[in-house]
Amino acid sequence: MTQVQTKKTTPTVIDARGPRFSAVLTTLVLATALISGQTWILVAQGIVFAIGAFRGPQFTPYAFIFRTLVKPRIKGAVKTEDVRPPQFAQSVGLIFAVVGVAGSLAGIPAIFTIATGFALAAAFLNAAFNFCLGCEIYLLIFRLRKA
Amino acid sequence: MKSLIPIAIVLLASTAYGIWYTRSRGEFRAKKSLHGPTLTAQIIGAELGSKATMVQFSSAFCSPCRATKVLLEHMVETMPEIHYAHIDAESHLELVRKLDIRSTPTTLFLNSAGVEVGRAMGTPKRDQVLKALAAIA
Repeated sequence: MTQVQTKKTTPTVIDARGPRFSAVLTTLVLATALISGQTWILVAQGIVFAIGAFRGPQFTPYAFIFRTLVKPRIKGAVKTEDVRPPQFAQSVGLIFAVVGVAGSLAGIPAIFTIATGFALAAAFLNAAFNFCLGCEIYLLIFRLRKA
Repeated sequence: MKSLIPIAIVLLASTAYGIWYTRSRGEFRAKKSLHGPTLTAQIIGAELGSKATMVQFSSAFCSPCRATKVLLEHMVETMPEIHYAHIDAESHLELVRKLDIRSTPTTLFLNSAGVEVGRAMGTPKRDQVLKALAAIA
């Protein structure tokens, strides 16, 4: 996938259904991690988050599944969205995954459970309610950081 | 198989929050008292409308901000007494703090004097905007 950015002020736009589909898969994976308590599942999801956070949500394995299997089968007008909001959400997911894995490795399963729980809540809200994490928490974080 | 209690808590709590979130987005909330700061054309970067002004705060990581901007800009085209101003929250942090803007998009509804009478968080529907504007005397 090659993208030509004409101006730095013109943000990349992607099919808005991609991140929503990815949120569904993320919800299933994180739910499995939370129920089973298996650290490696959170590690795997963490890698997906890292790709989404650093390269962009359109480059994750979930986005690949969306493009190759889902997108050709759905009809309707393509609604695009700025890539930055889902990319921000992936970064927040990555932080929870890192904290959860660290807690597990440190022998504190409660940290794994809480961090995975928060990541699951965010993914589930996105999948089921089209929740925009960046809208709700970015400005608060920005306000705190510049305090 | 470990305990199912954590996932039950997460799913119940986020479903409850999600329902509240969906219902509350776009809803106009009137302020109880009109003692807030007076916003001038200089502060918001646009002339105040003779009847009302809608001031939208947006940020970078916000998909519904664009949709809100498109809707409100389109609506004011046919309403000469209503003006619209768009403010990037990140570069107006002092104003954001003063007005206690917590999420984006947040749209403030100002009366003709430039005082906030209420606000809506999230993308409002056309009807919600019309209702909010009608409530401004």
